[in-house]
Amino acid sequence: MDGATNDIAVSVKNVAKDFLLPHEKNNSIKSSIVNVFKRKDRRIEVQHALKDISFDIKKGEFFGIVGRNGSGKSTLLKILSEIYQPTKGSVRTYGKVVPFIELGVGFNPELTGRENVYLNGAMLGFSKKQIDVMYNDIVEFAELEEFMDQKLKNYSSGMQVRLAFSVATQAKAEVLIIDEVLAVGDAAFQRKCYEYFKSLRETNITTIFVTHDMSAVEDFCTRAIMIRDGNIVASGTPKDVANEYTRANFVAKNEQKDETGYELGLNDRVPYFKVKPSGKKTIMPGEDMVFDIEYEIKDDTPVNVKISIRDTIRGVDILQNGAKALHKAGRNRLSYTFPTAELNNMELIVSAVLDEEGTNKRIAHTNDNNSGRVIIDAGDTANLGIINRGHELHGYWNGWHDI
Amino acid sequence: MLGEPFWYNVMSMRPRMLSKYRYSLILLRELVVTEFKLRYQGSVLGYLWSLLRPLFLFVILYFVFVHFLKVGSDIPHWPVALLAGIVLWNFFTEVTNNGLTAIVNRGDVIRKINFPKYVIILASTISAFINLLLNFVVLAVLMAVSGVNPSISGLLSPLYIMEIFLLALGLAFILSTVFVKLRDVNYIWEIILQALFYASAIIYPISLVAASSPFIAKIMLFNPVTQAIQDIRHGLIDPQNTTLYGETHSILLSLIPIAVTLGIFIIGVIVFKVRSPHFAEDI
Repeated sequence: MDGATNDIAVSVKNVAKDFLLPHEKNNSIKSSIVNVFKRKDRRIEVQHALKDISFDIKKGEFFGIVGRNGSGKSTLLKILSEIYQPTKGSVRTYGKVVPFIELGVGFNPELTGRENVYLNGAMLGFSKKQIDVMYNDIVEFAELEEFMDQKLKNYSSGMQVRLAFSVATQAKAEVLIIDEVLAVGDAAFQRKCYEYFKSLRETNITTIFVTHDMSAVEDFCTRAIMIRDGNIVASGTPKDVANEYTRANFVAKNEQKDETGYELGLNDRVPYFKVKPSGKKTIMPGEDMVFDIEYEIKDDTPVNVKISIRDTIRGVDILQNGAKALHKAGRNRLSYTFPTAELNNMELIVSAVLDEEGTNKRIAHTNDNNSGRVIIDAGDTANLGIINRGHELHGYWNGWHDI
Repeated sequence: MLGEPFWYNVMSMRPRMLSKYRYSLILLRELVVTEFKLRYQGSVLGYLWSLLRPLFLFVILYFVFVHFLKVGSDIPHWPVALLAGIVLWNFFTEVTNNGLTAIVNRGDVIRKINFPKYVIILASTISAFINLLLNFVVLAVLMAVSGVNPSISGLLSPLYIMEIFLLALGLAFILSTVFVKLRDVNYIWEIILQALFYASAIIYPISLVAASSPFIAKIMLFNPVTQAIQDIRHGLIDPQNTTLYGETHSILLSLIPIAVTLGIFIIGVIVFKVRSPHFAEDI
């Protein structure tokens, strides 16, 4: 046994994976001909999903892979399962690999539960005879004895998952790739799944386990790696990796980044958008409030920059939708001046949005961190909010320029 | 604790490496069975449609072309030859049309698990072939009723059917691969099939063309579909059906359509083999 555990089960060497993302997919002859002629406009973005990944997994190991959404984890899984081909590098697996990434592959709603067991079993490499032998175990594990001759389309989603999981547990893999999504269904069935995962540790099956759940990593895994932006950023004992993951997650949360890796409100098209006071951050009533709006946009689509100013103390909107139409790709800066003569004792937050002209589709907005804050404070002399609402509040744009 | 879970038993069996082809065979069998189960799902007459469809089509074409337009009166048992042509042509179109969309239609599965993709194409081809065999039942009945004149060369018919099979399969490999990247192929192929249908001398005897231009008739016979269908008609139904060998008296020339068929098949296999590892990303 000890001799066997020294053997390598999976060897990943310098794996990189790029995805080419054409801005317009050439799915028809017309578009490919048109694109031949305007080759300059044809922008193909290269997305580096995995950059340089290397690791070895020994036979019998329970190997954890953790990472946030968009880290490249799923791409790695698909490469390990030989669904995708790596752009660079190589993956070698020794023994039969069964990907447990998705359950019920090939399930057909028009067939009965029984027929689907045979079909799904065939996808996992079982002949009819082999399934005949394990059929009763599968049905028993799924707890679906009475439903096997009904069409799958009449099953609840929970029942379908249970059936699929039961077939999958039978896969005689040497390397098993498990996505955490497998622990599904009601609490009792989930417990059963976890019992099954745990039981894998006792066997000499090599298991690759992908999860967000750090307690699961610490419970099951013998070793783990963490992936971020297509690189391995941590590797070692499950505890170390879990701690690193929790720490990184905490930092990320503070940065308000969402799953795409951009801060809230930002995206590929508009990767930068900020409002900041260009003058003093605390002003006296009557002084002009001046702030800059900076943003970067990747295309020339006409957009409207709209701002709103809100008093956070009272929760009142002071100004809404001061709009300015612009269409210029690249980094732009606008300056906006707002007279505060009528205002006092306020904490103003200036936020901005970018809307597509015409469609009014929102492209980006400034989140709490990216919005500007200005305090109007006259000191002890006055504590009223709006001193005089005699006339309307207007600001004025001071033009815009590239930076 | 669950006690001794059953998977201990399964997993303590020495896991056998599934040979590549064993896996393909298991999958192929299951896909063909499934396709056949689903083919006539929800229809009252079910598999009977496999017999009724060609029969009704035959009746229509018979009335239009034989009865009213008087096509093929010079060929004995022309209606039977007509049915043979239609049945084989239907097989050809079914294989290529189903094959064309087969990979894209199975995109969800391809993106989830790695398996030999050619099995998908092969399964739909075999399923069409089973349908062809059922159609042959109708044909056999009609042959018996009309008392055809088969000759010894009729024994070669399975080879010609094989020729159409390989040609259609090779085309299905090519079409399905191109369709993943270029969705226009669907419509282009529809037009080509339409043209090929009238160019392949299925609903009219080739002697009709030969009467006005023997040269064009000869050229038409180099089309593998025409050649195979004519050879089958010649061997099984009546020797008066023109064949390529009968026109050229050259074995070498007669081998051209077969070489074309093998060429298309080999190109199809290579194209498919090279591109299929990338299907999961491209679909």
